[in-house]
Amino acid sequence: MSSFQGTKINPTSFNKSQIWFYVVLIPLAIFMVLPVIFIVNQAFKPLDELFLFPPTFFAQNPTVDNFKTLFRTATTTGVPLSRYLFNTITITIIVMILTIIISVMTAYVFSKKSFKGKNTLFKINQTALMFVRTAVIIPSYFVIVMIGLNNNPLVHILPYIAVPVNIFLLKQFIDQIPNEIIEAARVDGASDFYILFKIVIPLTKNAIATVAILTFQSTWGAVESSNLYIQDETLKSFGFYLNAIALSNTGTTVAGTGMAAAAALIMFVPNLVIFIVMQSRVMNTMMHAGIK
Amino acid sequence: MTKTIKKSKTRFEKRDMLATFVMLLPYVLLFSIFIAIPVALAIYLSMTSFNMVETPKFNGLVNFINIFTQDTVFLRYVLPKTLMYSIIVGPGGYILSFLLAWMLAQIQKGPRTIIALALYMPSMVGAVFISVIWRTLFSGDESGYINSLLMGWDIIERPIQFLQSPDHLMTIVIIVSLWSSMGVGFLAMLAGILNGNEELYEAAYVEGINNKFQEVRYVTIPMMKPQMLFGAVMALVSTFSNGYIGVSLSGTNPTPQYAAQFLTNHIDDYGFLRYEMGYAAALSVVLLLMILVFSKIAYKLFAEKD
Repeated sequence: MSSFQGTKINPTSFNKSQIWFYVVLIPLAIFMVLPVIFIVNQAFKPLDELFLFPPTFFAQNPTVDNFKTLFRTATTTGVPLSRYLFNTITITIIVMILTIIISVMTAYVFSKKSFKGKNTLFKINQTALMFVRTAVIIPSYFVIVMIGLNNNPLVHILPYIAVPVNIFLLKQFIDQIPNEIIEAARVDGASDFYILFKIVIPLTKNAIATVAILTFQSTWGAVESSNLYIQDETLKSFGFYLNAIALSNTGTTVAGTGMAAAAALIMFVPNLVIFIVMQSRVMNTMMHAGIK
Repeated sequence: MTKTIKKSKTRFEKRDMLATFVMLLPYVLLFSIFIAIPVALAIYLSMTSFNMVETPKFNGLVNFINIFTQDTVFLRYVLPKTLMYSIIVGPGGYILSFLLAWMLAQIQKGPRTIIALALYMPSMVGAVFISVIWRTLFSGDESGYINSLLMGWDIIERPIQFLQSPDHLMTIVIIVSLWSSMGVGFLAMLAGILNGNEELYEAAYVEGINNKFQEVRYVTIPMMKPQMLFGAVMALVSTFSNGYIGVSLSGTNPTPQYAAQFLTNHIDDYGFLRYEMGYAAALSVVLLLMILVFSKIAYKLFAEKD
């Protein structure tokens, strides 16, 4: 029974008793990634391989034809693909910047300020952690139309900035900053905005990075606003366009499958790259992400 | 008492109040408009009859009574399917992600990072990617990957229209949801376990626990209750947000013979296809109440009592 000493949390070296974990985890990890690898291969298959029967898993002679077809199909609608891409990049950047600034300010107030009603407000935000947007999609629709955001580019931005979980993650992190540091700065005459930008933000980088990634993941491929509120073709998002192509092509025509896969891949790769680069910051943030 | 405090307020304190107000305002405003008001509006509309042309007519609890007495689709398909789906994918996915996080914590950092990334990846691919992948894999003709695989192994004789088949759609939706459910909550639990205090474990072994199961039961879970609760809330949100999967895989709402018809799809069906907004709002309220009940259970299990 000496192995109990051997298998411990976060081990630094390999131990025989770990084998069982690998036996379970590795096949499962492969199962999880397999569909993604499949789509990657599908995106690079030339037309004749897409038609192959029985279908193959790996692309034998990879080409970028599917991507070319995708871009060519796009221009036939009259709106160039670059326009959708420009829209989405602009939307993503603005949403990320506004979300980060507004969320950090709010989390700072919840963490370090005292005022009447603070606990009530924070409790409301905690309850809203379980807010499911699709549950109230219909009343949201009325609100958005009523305030004049229908067919307005701002509809891509404004509804997605207040996200309760962002406030929660940031507040948990700002709570770690000792009050003394902030008091000392205040005694020296620093304003709140100075404290926010010179002390809080530099010390909260990991949580900010996490919020940035989560915001990116939900904004980059977003289709809801284009689907429901935007009628003007030139104001729609890249995700919406690729989604339309992907859905009209998968399962209907074999040739379209490759194009749909290419579209899906374009939406996915930036997410993956950003997450890999930032993953240690995310894990650091998650350490503090407990609800007490 | 309040008067003296007010009088004694210095300019410094006033400036402080103003800064607090300014910093809080944008979030409170956006939260109110896009989260609080829609929820309030859902509750109001749920008690009206509203077809988007005439003004809403108040009709009390008629919508709710209709949901639970007249709506046979709701009673026969939507309610049981939603419950079945949310219990398997919610608590089921949650337990799965805890077990995986726990196993990951027992191996070395290098392989752990790679495997964790593999498990997390499906949750970040996004809705577009999910439907492209699974519609391609489960494509109904013999060029569909899974069909050709099953035929190659002689398990089936002719291709199955998986995504149009009432017998298979629900299973596929559950598999896809579980596949994409290792998200933020999973990462939080992994971080929570890794952050555990080694001395606690050593002390527990001295105290007389002697196997892994007891270790999890008496040390790991009590130690990371806050992360367990966060993970539970996130699992809840992703479970109910993923209700669209059945519709996007089959390409129709309602799904074939209501095979994967969840409450969120039923709401869209009444709201955006039939324009019975009052009724759809009542369904939304039922959904919000379901989420509330689930989260109450999660808080009961994991919240630390002061």
